[in-house]
Amino acid sequence: MGSTVERREVEAFGRIAGQWWDPDGPMAPLHKLNPARLTFIRDRVGDHCACPRGTTAPFEGLRILDVGCGGGIVTEPMARLGARVTGLDASSEVIGAARAHAQAMGLKIDYRNMTAEALAEAGEQFDVVLALEILEHVADVDAFVAALRALTRPGGAVVVSTLNRTAKAFALGIVAAEYVLGWVDRGTHDWRKFIRPDDLAAALTDAGFCHPEWRGLSYDPLGDRWRLSNDLSVNYMGIAAG
Amino acid sequence: MTRSSAPTRPGADPQRADRAQTSRADVAIIGGGLVGLTTAVGLAQQGLSVCVVDRQPLPATLDPAFDGRATAVAHASKLLFEALDLWPAMDAHAQPILEIRVSDGPSLMHLHFDHDDLGDGPLGFLVENRYLRQAMADKVAGLDAVEVVAPEAVETIERSEAGARVALASGRVIEAALVLACDGRGSATRSRAGIDIMRWSYDQMGIVATIHHELPHAGIAHERFLPDGPFAILPLRGNRSSLVWTVPTAKEPAIMGLGPRGFEAEVRRRVGDFLGQVTVEERRWSYPLSLHLADRITDTRLALVGDAAHGIHPIAGQGFNLGLRDVAALIEVIVDARRLGLDIGSAEVLGRYARWRRADTVVLAAVTDGLNRLFSNDVTPVRLARDIGLAAVDRIGPLKTFFMRQARGSIGNRPRLLDGQAL
Ligand SMILES: Cc1cc2nc3c(=O)[nH]c(=O)nc-3n(C[C@H](O)[C@H](O)[C@H](O)COP(=O)(O)OP(=O)(O)OC[C@H]3O[C@@H](n4cnc5c(N)ncnc54)[C@H](O)[C@@H]3O)c2cc1C
Repeated sequence: MGSTVERREVEAFGRIAGQWWDPDGPMAPLHKLNPARLTFIRDRVGDHCACPRGTTAPFEGLRILDVGCGGGIVTEPMARLGARVTGLDASSEVIGAARAHAQAMGLKIDYRNMTAEALAEAGEQFDVVLALEILEHVADVDAFVAALRALTRPGGAVVVSTLNRTAKAFALGIVAAEYVLGWVDRGTHDWRKFIRPDDLAAALTDAGFCHPEWRGLSYDPLGDRWRLSNDLSVNYMGIAAG
Repeated sequence: MTRSSAPTRPGADPQRADRAQTSRADVAIIGGGLVGLTTAVGLAQQGLSVCVVDRQPLPATLDPAFDGRATAVAHASKLLFEALDLWPAMDAHAQPILEIRVSDGPSLMHLHFDHDDLGDGPLGFLVENRYLRQAMADKVAGLDAVEVVAPEAVETIERSEAGARVALASGRVIEAALVLACDGRGSATRSRAGIDIMRWSYDQMGIVATIHHELPHAGIAHERFLPDGPFAILPLRGNRSSLVWTVPTAKEPAIMGLGPRGFEAEVRRRVGDFLGQVTVEERRWSYPLSLHLADRITDTRLALVGDAAHGIHPIAGQGFNLGLRDVAALIEVIVDARRLGLDIGSAEVLGRYARWRRADTVVLAAVTDGLNRLFSNDVTPVRLARDIGLAAVDRIGPLKTFFMRQARGSIGNRPRLLDGQAL
């Protein structure tokens, strides 16, 4: 079974499994990022799949896969929005924490401790595949994106988010987040794995996705929140049709 | 259905947990007063399920004898009621306030607020509380997503990262993602959570009565600063007005104990003759007045709303309006979170509510406290200063506009509902 997962990184995340949901814990930046990411997903996936707007369960009837789901920070909202959700993570500790949390929340989520490649081999397909903040942690981006394509049903969509390979992303993503502010553990990110939007677009289209569209995620220090923007230079996310 | 009202301790009966009827709601609201019911309506209209628990049966709170007050509903609060489709039922009972005249006891200094100064509609509306309650109760009855459990007593509230559990005296249990304390100034939910309040008693009581008068009031509200404390004459529909007569706590029993004639005579002396012949309705109510502010308005899966979070002097008629600003902010925060699939009871969501409400609450509490202290004082230099002050405020346009906008509730970064916008 081929896997693009970096073992060393999986272990690093496994060590903090119990702290995924602590808003002041090591995953605080992801919690902060979440409203902006979820806004993008709700609106863009909603448009792509012609979901109803302004309701509390717009994703009813959709099957969504969250690859690299971690503790379920995005997986759980997908379930609340009405989708049938499967979450994948390569760390069994993390999957254990995610399962326990979903159960406490009264949410039905199918969590599996396996890789995207393994699930793709099994032939399962989903309306929407999410791969958020994971590309910068995989060893072989092309192989990983090919697995995402295999998991997306024709006419479905993939949503990705990651860090750009710019000096600014380096400064904000690694130096600031890991060293200065101490937001995330040191070694969480490897600068060499950051990806430029053009390179990611090429990887997605090579794998058979069409029309990737990007939005930036920008930090507003006054409001202490992240917003969707046109600035792709640090964090960015996109959607591509399957 | 009969229910045992005998207090029982949870866990005392090992089989009880099995027998307990457990239900789930998105939000459990403790206290179905004006604030609790408005919140319930707003949340249910956005697709959230709500369970409201009150110690009093809802019909009892609709009885004319239950609450004799009339509330000055600010412009922004009216817009909120419109957005929640509550206003149509209130409108028929609402008296527009066209002008507010503030006068200082026997002195001739006047502060005069006229809606023409602001140029967009009345300064607010006076609506008797029973009509507010009736409109809310009727709306709630038509919403499937709201269940009212009353009369009922809360026994325990367990709150953790995983969720909240409200155990009731009847043995029923409500599981919810979020608990809202809407149980008023003496909030037991607040004290259960170990949240302290800062409290200053004014040593004043507010006596409330309704008068009928011969001449029309022309939509003018009068606030008179008498030596004992403020005396308000607030216009109601028809030739009627609602009085809020602030008296030192020590004098309250004597006034409340007066016979109908004696009381009427005291009221007439204070109202004067500008409304012609005045008669006083038989019933009167009195309310203790204090300023209180909760140390914080959120805790794990808990938010304080309305008087549970803050109480201010009724001098500026702002207590409920302030509570409605909590309601509008909270509904917006919860609905925004719910529409993103976020956990509505999580620390981030509650943090947004707390940050949004803090400054507004403190400013208004300080302003009303200052007004009351300034005017409930008969020391001559103070009197002189405030006479000049009142006259000055009247002449200083911007300051007056600030007070008026505050009275109308149209200041600051407002929740969408207070602009009458749909969410
Ligand atoms: C004389 C006077 C005049 C006023 N005039 C104005 C005005 O003109 N404009 C204005 O904006 N404001 C005014 N106010 C303030 C306004 O009345 C209050 O701010 C408002 O009523 C607060 O509403 P609430 O729902 O937060 O609390 P409450 O109205 O106190 O409701 C609390 C509810 O919780 C229930 N409850 C309490 N404890 C429990 C428990 N342990 N378990 C279950 N249920 C419980 C009660 O039965 C009640 O239904 C005035 C106040 C006074 C005293």
